[in-house]
Amino acid sequence: MRTIGIALVLFALWLLMSGVYKPLTIGFGVASVLLVVFVMRRMDGVDQDRPEIHLNPLGVFGYLVWLLVEIARANWAVTKVILSPAMPIRQHLFPVTYSQKSDVGQVIFANSITLTPGTITVEIEPKHFFVHALSFAPHDLVALADMDARVRATENGLA
Amino acid sequence: MSGLELLVEVLSWGFILSGSAFLLIGAFGVLRFPDFWSRLHAVSVMDSAGVILLLIGMAIQAGPTLIAVKLIIIGIFLFITGPTATHAVANAAFVSGLRPKEGEGLKSIIDAPAPQPEAKKQAVEAS
Repeated sequence: MRTIGIALVLFALWLLMSGVYKPLTIGFGVASVLLVVFVMRRMDGVDQDRPEIHLNPLGVFGYLVWLLVEIARANWAVTKVILSPAMPIRQHLFPVTYSQKSDVGQVIFANSITLTPGTITVEIEPKHFFVHALSFAPHDLVALADMDARVRATENGLA
Repeated sequence: MSGLELLVEVLSWGFILSGSAFLLIGAFGVLRFPDFWSRLHAVSVMDSAGVILLLIGMAIQAGPTLIAVKLIIIGIFLFITGPTATHAVANAAFVSGLRPKEGEGLKSIIDAPAPQPEAKKQAVEAS
């Protein structure tokens, strides 16, 4: 079941990327999809590591929209720092605790922090991330806790 | 040129020009900021706002074609790989002992002294 799904997704990607719909090119596409699926099935025998995704699709979509707005706001803030003559940099490295249960949730939170300009996830520890901020303000901690709660809310099926 | 075409042109060039402006601002920041850590933040202006706005502008130019689909796929990949690459660079600097200069009145939470790459190397050679 999973194999058929992967094959369909890969073939759809091929069709979208190629744009040339002659029998020969489509044949090449089918052949490469089959080869990739074959290799993947063989590799599955070696490692049984499968990422499990416990995410609520609607919640993730809402989160993405919210994240884009945050990125825009953070971009404006960093742009002002770059262009202001005084250049008010106040660097700080601080821990941010995360509450996501799944690996994917933690990755989304860590990448969201890095994606918003002005904060970068530097190191991952068992209970918290180390985050570096360009111009740290106490309000940043509240904003990051809010982001953490939002990512946690997109997870489902995990206690 | 009909009204709709004009709207498409204006919108797409608005996005492309503002994206280019953010790229220039980011490059300016890289030159202007004092050290490694702050420069990373200037780069992140380029690869979030700059890239997103440029891709949107180009997708509007392309219209509803396969090219727009490809641009969206590029955007999705960059959305995932961009922050991962930034994290990799920052983490490499952190692990090798580079620490940011803390702002005024801020104390570093990490008390443990940074590992000294030189000392470690010598210890390995000695053993």
